[in-house]
Amino acid sequence: MQNLTVISNQRLNRDHALLELKSEVLLEGILPGQFANILVDKSQNVFLRRPFSIFQVDYKCNSIFVLIKGIGEGTKSLSKSLVGETLSVIFPLGRGYTFPEKKSKVLLVGGGVGIAPLMLLATMLKQNSHQIEILLGARTGEDLVELEKFARYGTVHTTTEDGSFGSKGFVTDHALFGDELKSFDKIYTCGPEPMMKAVARLAYLNEVDCEVSLENTMACGYGVCLCCVTETTGGHRCVCTDGPVFDIKQLKWQN
Amino acid sequence: MAELSIDIAGMKLKNPVMTASGTFGFGTEFDDFFDLNTLGGFVVKGTTLHPRQGNSYPRMAETPSGMLNAVGLHNGGVKYFSEHIYPRLLAYDTNILVNVSGSTVEEYIACAEQINELDHIAGIELNISCPNVKEGGMAFGTSCPAAEAVVKAVRKVYRKPLMVKLSPNVTSITDIALAVEASGADSISLINTILAMAIHAESRKPVLSTVTGGLSGPAIKPIALRMVWQVSKAVKVPVVGMGGIMNATDAIEFFLAGASAIQVGTANFIDPLASQHIIAGIDNYLDRHKFKSIKEIIGGLQL
Repeated sequence: MQNLTVISNQRLNRDHALLELKSEVLLEGILPGQFANILVDKSQNVFLRRPFSIFQVDYKCNSIFVLIKGIGEGTKSLSKSLVGETLSVIFPLGRGYTFPEKKSKVLLVGGGVGIAPLMLLATMLKQNSHQIEILLGARTGEDLVELEKFARYGTVHTTTEDGSFGSKGFVTDHALFGDELKSFDKIYTCGPEPMMKAVARLAYLNEVDCEVSLENTMACGYGVCLCCVTETTGGHRCVCTDGPVFDIKQLKWQN
Repeated sequence: MAELSIDIAGMKLKNPVMTASGTFGFGTEFDDFFDLNTLGGFVVKGTTLHPRQGNSYPRMAETPSGMLNAVGLHNGGVKYFSEHIYPRLLAYDTNILVNVSGSTVEEYIACAEQINELDHIAGIELNISCPNVKEGGMAFGTSCPAAEAVVKAVRKVYRKPLMVKLSPNVTSITDIALAVEASGADSISLINTILAMAIHAESRKPVLSTVTGGLSGPAIKPIALRMVWQVSKAVKVPVVGMGGIMNATDAIEFFLAGASAIQVGTANFIDPLASQHIIAGIDNYLDRHKFKSIKEIIGGLQL
């Protein structure tokens, strides 16, 4: 647990903000998919911390980035954090995505604010010279953020539900989910659960490895409240400590 | 630096601050945050004779100044605890209690018998107050005959300190407390969570998979204080107070109401160091008010 200083807060669109938080303790070994649990200090009605995927790590600056979509009172309050403020953050928490052992062709699929863990993932996959395709989906073009940054790490494809940007439809309607899907060694995804289930089903049918990062309501974030369970082949498991990243083979999503 | 140590029915506590079952895992999860030996004690997660998967998701709802949980005694069972968790607890020099629950009196007895074999466990906290299970749990804590039966049965087989954790979901908390004391409890802890519910208006559905759950956090502190006050006046055994304690001031209020020790619960979820701040804050309060020992403020409410 640390107090991190907000060193930048970039408004990306009407409800997304990208916070950069500087640590006084040397950062090391943060994995994509791990999260930060942040205390919402300025809101009377918010009692529990709010978990956010670690979006990026800047080891030179000793800072982490978190992508926040203001939805409820807690996330809205945090998205308006001011530069110079300190936030109480417990991080890094949870188990992250795992990397392929040999050089691989991988597909990253993000939906909505679920793109958050994929930036650090893309960064680290690129460092290991994997071939990366990135598919990002959202309701409208305005909801797609940080596309230029993603393009540094791989070929970016987009879908929007209203067709205002990229191809129209859900991510799974994209041509990448056609015959080409079998050419990937692994799919990594994060987004709304129905989207991840649809991605997982197609990965399963095409026998492509797939890891998903789950969202869940958490009280603690470090495995003591046992509130954020998900059903796995090994019974109920905490999303915060056994996840948030799970191999789809661990989940009962095949049906 | 005032004297913080206190005896709770045969258990010597370095200070009156324990952490509450269900909010502290098996303790080891907190190793990264602080030295557990600084605690007066900690109560590990509710343990039953057989493994339990607990309730389905969603198990949690945030509410004003608190939260609901419907975990439902998710645990690996007492055998798993003895074989896999207990060996890791031997390294700690503090009072470790196991919270024991069950669906039947026989299950409580069998579980307590196995805990009896574990030398490094200081005592049992008998959970007759879990609101999130279909059978047993709170049912034992909401009627005097049922509470008497389970406490007497466990008392027969368990030789070390027996703390009984009461449910607030009763008409008369003192009746239950007196029944439990008469049946052999060495100490009484209260309160467990308050049966409550949350509704999602847009979907017209309950938030929790179980519809109802247990409310904890600052929202329940005034109720907990009232019950600790009533019970501590009625019984002779020590009372361990809990319910929404977030800071040292909250803890002091419980001592004044009559608690001899306190447990920090839901606060652990938000600030893993909450118990540490509370220990320091109690010491500071005693110094400021020129008390030499924690004992001087127990039941010290000025009426």
